[in-house]
Amino acid sequence: MHIDPIEQFQIRNLLPLVNIGGHQIAFTNSAAYMLIIVVLVSVLLIGTTARRAVVPGRLQSITELSYEFMATTLRNATGTEGMKFFPFVFTLFMFILFSNLIGLIPYSFTVTSQLIVTVILALLVFFIVVIYGFWKNGWRWMMLFVPKGVPVYFLPMIVPIEVLSFLTRPVSHSVRLFANMLAGHITLQVFAAFIIMLAGYGVLGWFGAVLPFFMVVILFALELLVAVVQAYVFAILTCIYLNDAIHPGH
Amino acid sequence: MAATNATTEAAAGQSKFPPFQSEYYPSQLVWLVLTFVLLYALMARLALPRIGAILAERSKRIADDIAAAQRLKERSDAAHAAYEKALADARMRAQSIANTTREQQAAAAEATNKGLEAKLHERLAAADKSIAATRAAAMDNVGAIAAEGAAAIVERLIGKAPAAHEVAAALGKAGKS
Repeated sequence: MHIDPIEQFQIRNLLPLVNIGGHQIAFTNSAAYMLIIVVLVSVLLIGTTARRAVVPGRLQSITELSYEFMATTLRNATGTEGMKFFPFVFTLFMFILFSNLIGLIPYSFTVTSQLIVTVILALLVFFIVVIYGFWKNGWRWMMLFVPKGVPVYFLPMIVPIEVLSFLTRPVSHSVRLFANMLAGHITLQVFAAFIIMLAGYGVLGWFGAVLPFFMVVILFALELLVAVVQAYVFAILTCIYLNDAIHPGH
Repeated sequence: MAATNATTEAAAGQSKFPPFQSEYYPSQLVWLVLTFVLLYALMARLALPRIGAILAERSKRIADDIAAAQRLKERSDAAHAAYEKALADARMRAQSIANTTREQQAAAAEATNKGLEAKLHERLAAADKSIAATRAAAMDNVGAIAAEGAAAIVERLIGKAPAAHEVAAALGKAGKS
């Protein structure tokens, strides 16, 4: 019996739509899950606040907690000037969080386990930071790469390092999320496959299958944590990068 | 690396590790942009303003309630202070009434005592006087008794009664010596 741990990341064309310049645009399982994310987030945030209750119910509390949590995080990182990015950061956080959580449901698809998705999101953040930084501060924004309090003769060394670390941000930003999701899901799938393989070896195998079963339970709890933490990490890094665009002085 | 490893393990018909299959990148890009923009619009236009309004409304309500509670507390504090003051006044008045009453009573008692004392002094003086009068009368009688006794004693001694004026003279001499 062979179970492929990579198969869960396979994209399938459900409905080919158009062909632009040799590139096929199709409605894929990934696109379906993106729509599911949008629907679930909207239902949670818009549906639970429909009553506008002053004393919130359980679901409205979840909505309000996530709102206040992200608002506090952004305000702490960027100050009140950064609050104009709140809808963006909040959307990013909810999109990634729901993608990670939905991905933990067996047989589902994890949108954030696709490198291209996390790269697009990280590049979006990167270009927002660069464009807003220049638009807001002009050329003074380049002072971001010149740390204060460093002796002048060190600058020829420091500035290229700063520029390089800035340019590699989208890479670490995107690969961190992608690799966490990918590795976690592969590990889960491998241990789940052990259960089925051992159970196929008869009565002794059933007892042996208990071990990977417990591993899957423990790993699932860990993955649940990772799903939330990685969404938070992506969001808080976005906040920190945005702060560089708003306040370039270190 | 991962891609080559995946190639050997991938299901038949798939040549690459799925996250690196670039033929799906355009679809992913298009759908990610569409869904993300849609979600952003829903959040920015609908969800977040509503949640913000709910939270603002709640904090306003709480602030109002706290202010109202503060006002009520101030009022109750004022009422309590007024009550305390009235109580203290009443206590002070009661004290002063008690004091004046006690003084009046004491004065009246004093006056009665003085009247009684004066009356008693009077009676005492009257009694003294009557005692003195009685004693003087008794003293007069003593002279007569002494004369009689002396006459009787002399008569027994000499066998004849002395004259009354001799006895009186003798008694007068004895009384002087």
